[in-house]
Amino acid sequence: MASLDRVKVLVLGDSGVGKSSLVHLLCQNQVLGNPSWTVGCSVDVRVHDYKEGTPEEKTYYIELWDVGGSVGSASCVKSTRAVFYNSVNGIILVHDLTNKKSSQNLCRWSLEALNRDLVPTGVLVTNGDYDREQFADNQIPLLVIGTKLDQIHETKRHEVLTRTAFLAEDFNAEEINLVIEKRYFSRENNQIPGFPDRKRFGGGTLRN
Amino acid sequence: LIFFLDTGLPEGILFFGFGWFFFMHQLFKDYEVRQYVVQVIFSVTFAFSCTMFELIIFEILGVLNTSSRYFHWKMNLYIILFILVFMVPFYIGYFIMSNIQLLHKQRLLFSCLLWLTFMYFFWKLGDPFPILSPKHGILSIEQLISRVGVIGVTFMALLSGFGAVNCPYTYMSYFLRNVTDTDILALERRLLQTMDMIISKKKRMAIARRVMFQKGEVHNRPSRFWGMIKSVRTSAPGSENLTLIQQEVDALEELSRQLFLETADLYATKERIEYSKTFKGKYFNFLGYFFSIYCVWKIFMATINIVFDRVGKTDPVTRGIEITVNYLGIQFDVKFWSQHISFILVGIIIVTSIRGLLITLTKFFYAISSSKSSNVIVLLLAQIMGMYFVSSVLLIRMSMPPEYRTIITEVLGELQFNFYHRWFDVIFLVSALSSILFLYLAHKQAPEKHMTL
Repeated sequence: MASLDRVKVLVLGDSGVGKSSLVHLLCQNQVLGNPSWTVGCSVDVRVHDYKEGTPEEKTYYIELWDVGGSVGSASCVKSTRAVFYNSVNGIILVHDLTNKKSSQNLCRWSLEALNRDLVPTGVLVTNGDYDREQFADNQIPLLVIGTKLDQIHETKRHEVLTRTAFLAEDFNAEEINLVIEKRYFSRENNQIPGFPDRKRFGGGTLRN
Repeated sequence: LIFFLDTGLPEGILFFGFGWFFFMHQLFKDYEVRQYVVQVIFSVTFAFSCTMFELIIFEILGVLNTSSRYFHWKMNLYIILFILVFMVPFYIGYFIMSNIQLLHKQRLLFSCLLWLTFMYFFWKLGDPFPILSPKHGILSIEQLISRVGVIGVTFMALLSGFGAVNCPYTYMSYFLRNVTDTDILALERRLLQTMDMIISKKKRMAIARRVMFQKGEVHNRPSRFWGMIKSVRTSAPGSENLTLIQQEVDALEELSRQLFLETADLYATKERIEYSKTFKGKYFNFLGYFFSIYCVWKIFMATINIVFDRVGKTDPVTRGIEITVNYLGIQFDVKFWSQHISFILVGIIIVTSIRGLLITLTKFFYAISSSKSSNVIVLLLAQIMGMYFVSSVLLIRMSMPPEYRTIITEVLGELQFNFYHRWFDVIFLVSALSSILFLYLAHKQAPEKHMTL
């Protein structure tokens, strides 16, 4: 368990979008039966075989840091959250497809996390405005995930998905739209059929 | 045109617009409004409550003629009661039922049932209180108002009591604990260490699970009852270990939550210390001393009222004028001044209570709502707000000179107003004393944890 194998990924997003369910799904391969409020930060670990099957195969521990709270929290909560943003290797931004505001808040989340890393003095220099330039030289890979696709009516899905495609472009990120729905999982809670076991974060490679 | 102005519609629209704006930009800042019904109900409740206050002001200033004012009072009252007793509770039940998956199909039926239950308890509320004179029939408007009044007055007194104590506590810097940067850094280090411990334990669990999976064992979550029994039977040491580690992880996670909250608390205190050094901070500190004296005086007066079974007969304005005329010998036109001073005093009371209530509602809403329950909570808040405003009208009667009280007495019927004031005093006292106790305990408990020895 040397620090060489450590990959730290933040999972950010508004309250109630499904971050805890997502993390639980990724790490335990099960659906979270009773989601509750995340206070502070909850961490879970997934063992991942990078470049599986090739001679360069290496096993990594992916730490998923699920940070709770809302983007409009009091500044004391934000300062406390900032302690989790150190030495991050990747960021997953989660938004709720049924709630437009959660997608709008994503840039504020990413600014909060990225600025913390860029300015080591600990002073948050941001006026909250979104600036694409700030993401241009960002080295940390971003992944945007949209949840609760099943709760949107069939007819509206196309419109919602186009909107989120623009969002992902803004961040220069990869995008996945997820359904976290119970009927996809069999009773024995085995490995989910068809769930991608390989994940690419942003387009970047996993760096130490 | 005069008739249009006479109906009070323009002000109503103004208040409605304000309520709408408040809902949109303050309450539902982070949520998407999908059910506009909720927003409409909230704004309508707010609009009619404000119209009632407006009518009080008109009463004092003598705007419009008596009969038209009386008509407006009656109409407003009926509408507000209809909203508070029929519409809002029904919609609350409807939205609760919409959230519950099982009952989603017959939610209309169940929300009617819920409303009938509400009406039953609402009616029963009137029994222990001596609020009505016996000459009123069972279906009179006074029945409804009296019960709404009891609930509203209780809320008002609870909020007043807590506010009276909390206000000086937060304003005054005397109570601020001394927090240094080293304290905060030490706590943050502990938090990160705890997270690292959680991670290392979870890594062990993940590896163990992987090994077991590769060996072909079907694995359930170790904390489940049958999983534990099965693991004992098949003597797999892996899953027993996992249970143990899982328990340790649960304890560590609880610890990490505690540390997080404590760190946030320290940051908040540090900010308040910095704020208290500014000019604004010093001003609020001074206000805090002033409010603490006021708070002590109010508690004292409430105790006196209850112990000596005293109900003030004169309002502060008339009493103030009497004092100035009799003791200070200043002569002035009593009638003219009493009208204007009442207007200002009542106006201040109304504005501060509306503002205070909206701020409290917003804080409460942010603290407890989530995207699923936001509709229900907003409607509950609208209900509380309506009842609060109706009872304010009841109680404000006391602050007005007798000539302006008549219309309230006429419109609301023969309620036992004295009872409401007594009830307010009792609940205020209880609330203020328990807040003092609560804040004392919270204050004492906190510093021992973080002071660096």
